[in-house]
Amino acid sequence: MAQGNGSETKRDRFLAGVIPYKEMGYWRPDYEPEDTDIIAAFRITPQSGVDPEEAAAAVAGESSTATWTVVWTDQLTAYENYQAKAYKVTPVPGADPPQWIAYIAYKLDLFEEGSIPNLTSSIIGNVFGFKALRALRLEDLRIPQAYLKTFQGPPHGIIQEREMINKFGRPLLGATTKPKLGLSPRNYGRVVYEALRGGLDFVKDDENTNSQPFNRWRERFLYCMEAVHRAMEQTGEVKGHYLNVTASTMEEMYERAEFAKELGSVIIMIDLTIGFTAMQSMSKWARANSMLLHLHRAGHSTYTRQKNHGVNFRVLAKWCRMIGVDHIHAGTVVGKLEGDPNAVSGYYKTCTDDFNKQDAALGFYFDQDWIHMPGVMPVASGGIHAGQMHQLLHYLGEDVVLQFGGGTIGHPMGVSAGATANRVATEVMIKARNEGRDIMREGPDILRTAAKKSPELDSAIETWGDISFEFESTDTPDVIETPTPVA
Amino acid sequence: MTTGVHITQGTFSYLPELDDDEIRAQIQYGIDNGWAVAIEYTDDPHPRNIYWDMWGMPMFDIEDAAAGLHEVNRCREAFSNHYIKVSLYNRKLTKQSIALQFLVNRPQHEPGFRLERQEGSNRAVQYTLTSYAADRPHGERYSSDGPDASR
Repeated sequence: MAQGNGSETKRDRFLAGVIPYKEMGYWRPDYEPEDTDIIAAFRITPQSGVDPEEAAAAVAGESSTATWTVVWTDQLTAYENYQAKAYKVTPVPGADPPQWIAYIAYKLDLFEEGSIPNLTSSIIGNVFGFKALRALRLEDLRIPQAYLKTFQGPPHGIIQEREMINKFGRPLLGATTKPKLGLSPRNYGRVVYEALRGGLDFVKDDENTNSQPFNRWRERFLYCMEAVHRAMEQTGEVKGHYLNVTASTMEEMYERAEFAKELGSVIIMIDLTIGFTAMQSMSKWARANSMLLHLHRAGHSTYTRQKNHGVNFRVLAKWCRMIGVDHIHAGTVVGKLEGDPNAVSGYYKTCTDDFNKQDAALGFYFDQDWIHMPGVMPVASGGIHAGQMHQLLHYLGEDVVLQFGGGTIGHPMGVSAGATANRVATEVMIKARNEGRDIMREGPDILRTAAKKSPELDSAIETWGDISFEFESTDTPDVIETPTPVA
Repeated sequence: MTTGVHITQGTFSYLPELDDDEIRAQIQYGIDNGWAVAIEYTDDPHPRNIYWDMWGMPMFDIEDAAAGLHEVNRCREAFSNHYIKVSLYNRKLTKQSIALQFLVNRPQHEPGFRLERQEGSNRAVQYTLTSYAADRPHGERYSSDGPDASR
């Protein structure tokens, strides 16, 4: 039998029956990926006894042209072109059971232009249930320029967003309305008003705030936009509330989005749960209607969190940048939700940078050139507060929306004071950083000094100054033996 | 200390007003990053008034923030009762936008904004924000500027 090195004879290849994927042309150690290929890095955990090269070939096969048996009809095609090619497997140090990273190249012909549903149906389709593997995880995906150019990306992107809302040189500040369920639309709007008036730029519907019996969407939109405009009157700033238009049908989502537009909102929101096609439709709508588009990644942890199986969030972030959203939740480093600092830094760079250089520490398996596609504003949300401002600025930079939900609404002096505390902390930390001070070392002092002139910040530090969430991450880049400690 | 509504545009509006040294430090940060320094002033601080009047051309090639501060102070002398802001502009590919912006001057009295509600059907409201100052002609918008001094 041929050894799967590309030398198998055509006769062997098309004998009826079941032959190893390696011998069907899916294992091509000699293959050099072309600039126009999509390249995937999969973490594979084969069933015991399965050769990793065969497992890699099987992944290549099942995510491209193969079926479980030989089909003569392949011979009606230039099948060598359409077959994905596993060209390298490297063992993951210390993995038990053994894991390998398999590199697989796909010809661009395999994918419909501008369609994330099509791309994902191939690359994370049937293959993820394949029995010969115990587990499979898509770690990274190199999108070639030729394919990237078939997507328009974010409706606006970071630069256009800042120019639209007239805010430069600092993180944007937000909060999620709490409690997210139960408030009447009128009471809900009160929270929105207080938070915006106190100094936040945005308030947010939560992912499951859609149109429940106690808070129907149309009423909520009316009260929220009253709140937004009142806060603009009070501050002279552009303000926004992410009106969540997530619904069961596109027709319903368009209706809600149109009403948000009619009321003068600058931003609407969708959940990841609506699916890639609906996201692409809403992206198109947002661009056509000059509306910022906020994405809440509801549900992503069901497949991004476990290290051995699923899809790494950095790949999902890439897809979302291509689909085109203006905001995406990307982790906090210091908050209550999962996220190793290096890995989160990699997610942020995926959202914001024009070029991601291969970097094992950040989890980048490939160079990714974004060829000037606008960046997506990352959103940090979940258990963060004003007392961590130096860390947030250090780890996340200034192109980020910092969402302080509890850290605004739970403030002992009230919602508006909570918002002011966050804004004062942000501005004083930006000012200190720009003055050349070492904010990671001096941060707490900088905040305490500012708090002498800001009773709101003083109270926030008093309440939350000692709160931190120090749990080890379940997902870390492989070069890091243990999670990076957060100072 | 100004009276009326304290508008909070710009990055440092929630802090005490910056003194000259603090303004110079922020400008120097911009210069060190290779950013241009621009000074603009207005008598209509509407949040969607994008095109404030330019105090000369942006300064693309200065190395010392003192030159920027000097222009800030000249602008303040000429328009002491206007809003004045400093913008630091980053021309780098993929940025090509303002990198930092902050107010350095306000009128003595900030009259703020009027929110008008045009009520439509089904309680849908069209909101319009107007600067009170813009009700008067240029040159008469703030109390020490002219005919409205007695206000």
